[in-house]
Amino acid sequence: MKKIIKYVLVDIIQNRIVLIYTLFLLVTSFSVFSLEDNSSKGLLSMLNVSILIVPLVSLVFSTIYVYNSAEFLELLVSQPLPRKKIWLSLYTGLTAALMLAFLVGVGIPLFVYEPGLTAVLMTMSGLFLTAIFVAIALLASVKTRDKAKGIGIAILLWLYFSILFDGLVLFLLFQFADYPLEKWMVGISSLNPVDLTRVMVLLQLDISAMMGYTGAVFKDFFGTDLGRIITGLFLLAWAIIPLWISTRLFHKKDL
Amino acid sequence: MIIATNVSKRFSKLQVLDNISLACNVGECISLIGPNGSGKTTLIKCILGMVMPDSGFITFNGKNILHDWNFRSQIGYMPQIGRYPDNMTIGNLLSMMKDIRNHHGELDEDLVFAFELNSMLQKKMRTLSGGTRQKVSAALAFLFNPNVLILDEPTAGLDPVATEILKEKIIKEKQKGKLIFITSHVLSELDDLVTQVVFMQEGKLVFHKSIEDLREYTGELKLNKAIAKIMVKQTV
Repeated sequence: MKKIIKYVLVDIIQNRIVLIYTLFLLVTSFSVFSLEDNSSKGLLSMLNVSILIVPLVSLVFSTIYVYNSAEFLELLVSQPLPRKKIWLSLYTGLTAALMLAFLVGVGIPLFVYEPGLTAVLMTMSGLFLTAIFVAIALLASVKTRDKAKGIGIAILLWLYFSILFDGLVLFLLFQFADYPLEKWMVGISSLNPVDLTRVMVLLQLDISAMMGYTGAVFKDFFGTDLGRIITGLFLLAWAIIPLWISTRLFHKKDL
Repeated sequence: MIIATNVSKRFSKLQVLDNISLACNVGECISLIGPNGSGKTTLIKCILGMVMPDSGFITFNGKNILHDWNFRSQIGYMPQIGRYPDNMTIGNLLSMMKDIRNHHGELDEDLVFAFELNSMLQKKMRTLSGGTRQKVSAALAFLFNPNVLILDEPTAGLDPVATEILKEKIIKEKQKGKLIFITSHVLSELDDLVTQVVFMQEGKLVFHKSIEDLREYTGELKLNKAIAKIMVKQTV
């Protein structure tokens, strides 16, 4: 398995896109932190960058990468290697490369400018988001044979998780404004990993005071250690379940 | 050695393999013949475990291949269209395969030298012509001294010189008592190689006969004439 991961990693590094992604993150982080004199604002900007960019790059890059390695996968499948290992190695290689890019591009600047619990949480959530969206990308690409369709699905998924979901939640909130939905919102937000990480990090910042009663309910849950552990478990499930389904599908796939 | 039992495969509406049963033993050289789209490649991919049959099962040395992946270390496979990672060089590819296969015995690099691949190790796979790609595929299939060789259209796209080299290599391996599986349209090339003929049509296995039986049955010496005669008989 190590050998396949090695070949995947070498291939990704030769690809240079991940390098550009790292540089982009680095430039963004340093410019955000040196432009904003208010540290909280800087962190908020970084949060928005990582919540929008990380899922997008993880999804689209991984989907395209899987389609482009069709030949590589075909070659490996005809060799004495279990399919599960091939697929998990591909996942590990992709996740490792993208996580490294995030650590260098966002993690290091965070710890340079704003060391503390918030920096740890933000780095962790970025890493989680990478793992989750690579897993979702793998699921999308193993299910569809057509490359254009697969990439389209990846982009739609990104739109859903980053934009549409919030719209739906807002719609629900307005429709049921007469009912006390604060506690439900905690449950609903766990349906979207992007929201989970966003809420978890936001509550660490001062602006959480402006979120009203829902914010208070959120703080009761996400602000505690138990809440954070449960959130972590949910995020883990968001990565493991798609990965598990995609491994099963790949196991039965005709190549 | 390889036994397929009632293997069926359907790609959406198309029945590609229809209840195929086949037994192959060591030392045989089996030629898989049939018109385009008769399911030859799919059958081969089923044997390799690259395509999962809808029903039926395949055993390799008595073990169901569904639960076993290590059997592929005894197979050398040359695909019909060799598809390799574009930005790898021939050298990268060869060393990667050696690395992955974890082969302990002796390597068989005859074809690497015979096809002069060793002089173009720096060439990227994407820049190779179809024929050179075929040469790489062939060299890889023989590289690890496998007991079973599965060659899907081995001579398609090769020039006459390369075809001769490959043919000689196949004969040499056959004499070592290996099981060799060849699919091909060009029948005359195989005349002096094969011991068994499997004929497929529309996903069905029409017959599986030894070459002597076939000659007796049709009264023809040449394989292509014998097959032609049977195909005519089928359509009448």
